[in-house]
Amino acid sequence: MQQIINFVIRYKNFLLYICLLTLSLVFTIRSHSYHQSRFFNSANYVSGRIYETSNNFFSYFGLDEENSKLIEENKRLRDELFNMGFADSVPLDSTKRQYTIIIGKVIKNSYANPRNYITINKGRKDSIKPDMGVITDKGILGIVENTSQNFTTVQSILNENSNINAKIKGTNNFGSLIWDTKDYNIVQLIDIPRMVPLTIGDTIVTGAMSSIFPENIPIGTIKKYDLDNSNSLYTIQVALFNDMTNISYVYIIENKRRPEIIQLQSETDGNDQ
Amino acid sequence: MINNNYFINAIRFVLLVLVQVLIFNRLNFFGFINPMVYIMFLYWYPIKENRATFIGVCFLLGLTIDFFLDTMALNAASTVTIAYFRPTIMRFVFGVNYEFQSFKLGNATKVQQITFLALLIVIHHMVFFTLEIFNLANILLILKKVIFIGPATLVLCLLFGSLFSVRKE
Repeated sequence: MQQIINFVIRYKNFLLYICLLTLSLVFTIRSHSYHQSRFFNSANYVSGRIYETSNNFFSYFGLDEENSKLIEENKRLRDELFNMGFADSVPLDSTKRQYTIIIGKVIKNSYANPRNYITINKGRKDSIKPDMGVITDKGILGIVENTSQNFTTVQSILNENSNINAKIKGTNNFGSLIWDTKDYNIVQLIDIPRMVPLTIGDTIVTGAMSSIFPENIPIGTIKKYDLDNSNSLYTIQVALFNDMTNISYVYIIENKRRPEIIQLQSETDGNDQ
Repeated sequence: MINNNYFINAIRFVLLVLVQVLIFNRLNFFGFINPMVYIMFLYWYPIKENRATFIGVCFLLGLTIDFFLDTMALNAASTVTIAYFRPTIMRFVFGVNYEFQSFKLGNATKVQQITFLALLIVIHHMVFFTLEIFNLANILLILKKVIFIGPATLVLCLLFGSLFSVRKE
């Protein structure tokens, strides 16, 4: 017994080091195989407030650019509206609306790591829940991962765990959108069958199989495509519409029918077993 | 004097975390170079302090950075590693001088100081990027990141070191 105590006392620094290292390795390795931790994320109160304060200072420098982005988007929407061929006010039954939109502001963005997360200044208080889609005026950005009272972390599409249903615009050829961590302007669309005709410059949009994003939200254009190792599926390099290095305002989309879809799916899965 | 030391270290801790997350992690020089200047905390930390406390404080420092950057516990793991190996590195760099009570970092030669800092950075970055990429098949990517980001960190740390030199301690 004496010897054990002596051993512990003599190697206490080493043991402390091993303990702390193991602790951090457990946290890290769990995140490689699964999602971000519920507790270790920048949506907590302290880091959220600090990021928000710093963002309040720096956001003034981008106001000009932000204004022109907004006017650009307004122009596009008005263009669509005027050319739709009917009056610009259509009675809408709010119970029939499938999607609701919440606006948010990015207070922290990263794109240099293999697993990038974005922090937004809206949280549970603004009825944001995990697994809601996040888009900008140009295209998709990611999926809500964790929320706190006032802040939200978003798993960016520039994250090696990201996997989003996408298709080639105008067709019904679905694939999965992933990121190979190499270039922050380019993501990969995989699992598109070989017989699908592809052209460089084709637009990639979100698919209908996702219960997170509405269909046909722009993602990017085809930059290059190759067959994968099995020679039966394409791996498509997609150049993003979004400039991932410069994002300020975002739209968070809630699909009102998602709980229903999820419930139905789990019931179906339950019946199979 | 002791209180003063605690105070200085606490201020350093907070300021380095803020500088790291608010300035240096927004640099994204060439798209991926974000120098990690918070390593200066380990460089400046008093030598003769209790080692267990030092390791604990460094773990906390890494974890705080992780909270801000959504990097899980990558910074914590690499910082606690260099915290544990710091005495070994110092003995290697400064030789027997390090054993004397009167030894001060400021009295060592410039080359020794830079070597010490560089070794801290290299070990830190190796651990960090190995864990971040977590795939030995990508060893070239790991080396590329260490080779590009390491010198950037070193240069900025040296600039920091000369800006806030610790002559009086």
